[in-house]
Amino acid sequence: MAVGARLTVWSIGPDPRGAELVADARTLGFDWVDDIRPADLFFLDGDLDERGRAELESLLVDPMLQHGTWEHHRAGRGEDRGAHRAATVHVVETSLLPGVTDTVADVLQHAALTLGVDLRRAATGRRFEVVTHDDVAGDEVQRLATRLLANEIVERAAVGLIDPPFAHQHSYDGTGLVEVVPVRGADDAGLSALNQARGLALDPAELRVIADHFASIGRDPTDVELEMLAQTWSEHCAHKSFRADVELPDGSVATPLLARLREATDHIAAPFVRSAFVGNAGIVSFVPDVTVAVKAETHNHPSAIEPFGGANTGVGGVIRDVLGAAHLPCAVTDVLCFGPTDLPSERLPPGVIHPRMVREGVVAGIADYGNKIGLPTVAGAVLFDAGYTANPLVFAGCVGLARAGDAAPVLDGPHPGDLVVVLGGRTGRDGLRGATFSSATMDATTGDVAGASVQIGDPITEKLLIDLLREAAGSYTAITDCGAGGLSSAVGEMAESTGAIVELGAVPLKYAGLAPWEIWLSEAQERMVVAVDPDQLAALGAHADRCGVEVSVIGRFTGDRRLIVRAGDQVVADLDTQFLHEGRPRRRLAAVPPAPHRNGAVPVVDDPAAALLALLAHPNIGSKESVIRRYDHEIGGATVVRPVVGIERDAPADGVVLAEPGATTGLAIGIGVNPWYGTVDPERMARAVVDEALRNVVAVGADPDKVVLMDNFSWGDPRRPTTFGALVAAVDGCVASSLEHSAPFVSGKDSLNNEYLGSDGERHSVPPTLVIHAIAHIPDADRVVTPDLKAAGNSLVLIGVTDAEFGGSHLGMVLGGFDDPLDGTAPAIDPRAPARFRRLHRLLVSGAVAACHDVSEGGLAVALAEMAIGGRLGLRVDHVPHGDPTVAWFAESTGRFVCEVPADRAARFVREFTDAGDHAVVVGMVTEHPVLDFGAWSVPLDAAVGAFTGGPRR
Amino acid sequence: MNAPRALVVAAPGTNRDRDVAFALEQAGATTEVVRLGRLAAEPHLLRGASMLVVAGGFSHADAFGAGRMFALGLTSALGDELAEFVGTGRPVLGICNGFQTLVRAGLLPGALGHNQSGSFQCEWVTLDPTPSRCIWTDGLEPIDCPIAHGEGRYVHQDPAALAAAGQVALRYRENPNGSVADIAGVCDPSGVVLGLMPHPENHVVVRQHPLWSRGTHRGLALGVFERGVRHARGC
Repeated sequence: MAVGARLTVWSIGPDPRGAELVADARTLGFDWVDDIRPADLFFLDGDLDERGRAELESLLVDPMLQHGTWEHHRAGRGEDRGAHRAATVHVVETSLLPGVTDTVADVLQHAALTLGVDLRRAATGRRFEVVTHDDVAGDEVQRLATRLLANEIVERAAVGLIDPPFAHQHSYDGTGLVEVVPVRGADDAGLSALNQARGLALDPAELRVIADHFASIGRDPTDVELEMLAQTWSEHCAHKSFRADVELPDGSVATPLLARLREATDHIAAPFVRSAFVGNAGIVSFVPDVTVAVKAETHNHPSAIEPFGGANTGVGGVIRDVLGAAHLPCAVTDVLCFGPTDLPSERLPPGVIHPRMVREGVVAGIADYGNKIGLPTVAGAVLFDAGYTANPLVFAGCVGLARAGDAAPVLDGPHPGDLVVVLGGRTGRDGLRGATFSSATMDATTGDVAGASVQIGDPITEKLLIDLLREAAGSYTAITDCGAGGLSSAVGEMAESTGAIVELGAVPLKYAGLAPWEIWLSEAQERMVVAVDPDQLAALGAHADRCGVEVSVIGRFTGDRRLIVRAGDQVVADLDTQFLHEGRPRRRLAAVPPAPHRNGAVPVVDDPAAALLALLAHPNIGSKESVIRRYDHEIGGATVVRPVVGIERDAPADGVVLAEPGATTGLAIGIGVNPWYGTVDPERMARAVVDEALRNVVAVGADPDKVVLMDNFSWGDPRRPTTFGALVAAVDGCVASSLEHSAPFVSGKDSLNNEYLGSDGERHSVPPTLVIHAIAHIPDADRVVTPDLKAAGNSLVLIGVTDAEFGGSHLGMVLGGFDDPLDGTAPAIDPRAPARFRRLHRLLVSGAVAACHDVSEGGLAVALAEMAIGGRLGLRVDHVPHGDPTVAWFAESTGRFVCEVPADRAARFVREFTDAGDHAVVVGMVTEHPVLDFGAWSVPLDAAVGAFTGGPRR
Repeated sequence: MNAPRALVVAAPGTNRDRDVAFALEQAGATTEVVRLGRLAAEPHLLRGASMLVVAGGFSHADAFGAGRMFALGLTSALGDELAEFVGTGRPVLGICNGFQTLVRAGLLPGALGHNQSGSFQCEWVTLDPTPSRCIWTDGLEPIDCPIAHGEGRYVHQDPAALAAAGQVALRYRENPNGSVADIAGVCDPSGVVLGLMPHPENHVVVRQHPLWSRGTHRGLALGVFERGVRHARGC
């Protein structure tokens, strides 16, 4: 039975997407694949006459690039003519699962309206013709379909013709379904069973408090109330481990971690901090009348099961955080941690997506969101470690600006009587229970059961939200984003001090049939909630109309501190906001502090030249150009120092610098992260990565006295005392370094429970991973410094002290490591560093330095090589800055920089440091001769370039 | 002399509108960013303008091909007005997604396909102006500016004939995306409509050049906008 038509659109020339798919197929072990030819499918349902078809075809098919073929589509598995053209072609077709937003189809419907074509429904899909020379079993093709061509979390795949994706839509109708969940009188076992069955991820003590609360008010909770409590009290939203009392082995109880970070910031009392650890983002002001909002988030669990969508919405979410702080986003950052991309397929744990596919999907997801919304993705890092195979990590950050007069001057709402207004996207069944999901352990079945936790991004809708908020500042009294927990969390937080009444029937839906708890908890993307004075509603509506943003009044803020949610005439939730936000019992977590070895073990290096090349080729150190090029880092015209620098733009920058084309000042962003130190010594790791983030901004010309920090922890299960002890040690390090540098933390986020329950029954945690962002003031955007060498004849000066510090070092990694992986010592902090950073800053802004690079992974030899690669110049070293050459070249001691200065000024430059009791020494000079000459050994420049870039460019 | 009035037209997802407005202002124009919907409702805006720029971005998320929906909107709302605008010799510029849009709207020849690499690319390129009828590049020195696109491979059945007709305005010195005959920008037969994939609006002050910190000051692209503004003054 024909129910409409399908149009298949092919590329006339070779489709470049095909070559990438073939490469991916081979990596995944599908050696029988010779070629994959992709095509786009459009399912078109309506009364399409000849004109209608012609209009749609002229829209969907560009005759210079593509050709299209029309067929009827049928219900049921059809015969495919294409499949019989050759015995060696297998056809796989994919389409989105019902309920997953199909943006292209939505645009197509809109186009049909413009064209006057009667198109009732539209949907899209993909067709793949897989060419092989072998006889391949059908289930091999099916395996290819599900491993490579479709992600079953959001798509379905068929071998042969796929059914049009209309048929099954909206099959489940939950309208009005509200369940009362009996908790009164339940014993601990009963509550635990309920916790498990509903995936609430609550602690036993929390379940008990909930049961007692409802007993005290004489009724049982509805599912809406229970789900809302679970979201609000989740690790993700409540940060209960960071707010927990810390129980030390001697029985004493220490201050919660979050409070300690806050106390350090209060103690520093920096005049440029406007808001720290409050609301959606940290806010600082380095120049009059301009404030900067900064925020970084993780999106680890969603990215593990659907890399593209997870990373995509991670970027969207952190941008909304900045919007939710009433600032206009101006740049995005990303730090990505993956398993080894060359992992043999047979070593992949069950249920886990191959790291290569994770990397592909995550990078594509970040690029898609950042590029489409029109924000430069500027700073970042990409790390590889076997510990991230089952738990990849995705950190996304965002920086925003507000000028006096730009944003609403004072957002002091919500006030009782203000309306609860939803802006932006519609609500669907996507992303349910994301907060509780992200607070639970993953296992082989996670991908199956958590499908509904995945959110689908729509960057254009969020771009329109930015357009609207740029125009409509002043027409609302409070704003927050809909992130984890959806409306429940957004309205719940806003109404904390007022209370609110919400009518779920007023929430605009993508499709009918959602149960009340689903509407309330949905994590559908691109939505903001604002509080609006009724007198301002018309003004807001007019702005929204112009920008093409949907505005819906869903309730009003009251003054009675009750959160009442209605679905029609039924009250589905009625919670005391005090209980909701403060009823949660404080956690107490036992901490067993780590016992780092801290010994002076030094790896044995037989061939330093080979070691340097191996370091340059290591995925953690090698050029990230291929990833960075996928991101638009130029939009806005403000990226003055880019993430890649140098003559061939393939060398790493330390920090990046943003300065609007007309501005004299700018912002630097630096990142520090080192999970390998974290494994051997969490406290030193924290201190080292704060030092690294600060070095990165100082090296480009930022003022070390005007810098703020953000912390993002991704850790294992904090209920394990050794894991929590490592977290406590890392926070110790953060607090100490923050105070030492007077660099206050203004925002932070923790993602705990990054663990995978393997089929071996063991729990595998990620390495302790702390990402530090440093955001700093650039006093003179015309005086920034990059690490690429500038001119032969200049002197190279090493500033700082080098010691035998090889714990967690990259030299250890490329040599196969110590016998005891915890041997060596993670680099300690140099107490002279704060004064050194200030002194170096004065010299950088005076124009005395041609190039500056911090010394980090791989040590001095790698730092020098990166500088030479950047400038495509050679260098000659004539002073070995340590008695043990292995230490001199490869130790990762903190606090160090290499500066390129004119030869005739080198002695004076060195004295600036030595006269003040610090260490600086001329180690060599820049040469025309294309060799990295370390005296006793050398490496040709082109060999260094080849190792670093993975071969000649293009 | 009065500053010419430039309209920058934007669709949902256009995102380099502010960048190009800044470049036009640096070149001496007054600018207004207008959403297509408003331009359709108030056609006098177009009549009162002396130049029109279709800015880059991801209009309508590049659904079923870059620029296709924007072009449909532009032609269905403003088809005749636009033809008249060009007919009077007033300059029109389409950058990146704006180029894709003008091609799909039939104002410029050829087509733009997926990059040869199969993915989005952001990198700096050098563009050599070639002798052509184009008023935007007449006498222009080579310029440096970034590309930022996934569908920027220029396709044309007869690039030699296009060049002979004086419609090839800019070529890549090193071809980044597989464009036929290294073509980066083309103009209409009259020379007043220019479309190009790279972003000259992101190199209008010297500090924007990636080698600026090495003391390199070359290939400023402000000249493109200055030529457009100068021509608009004469209209």
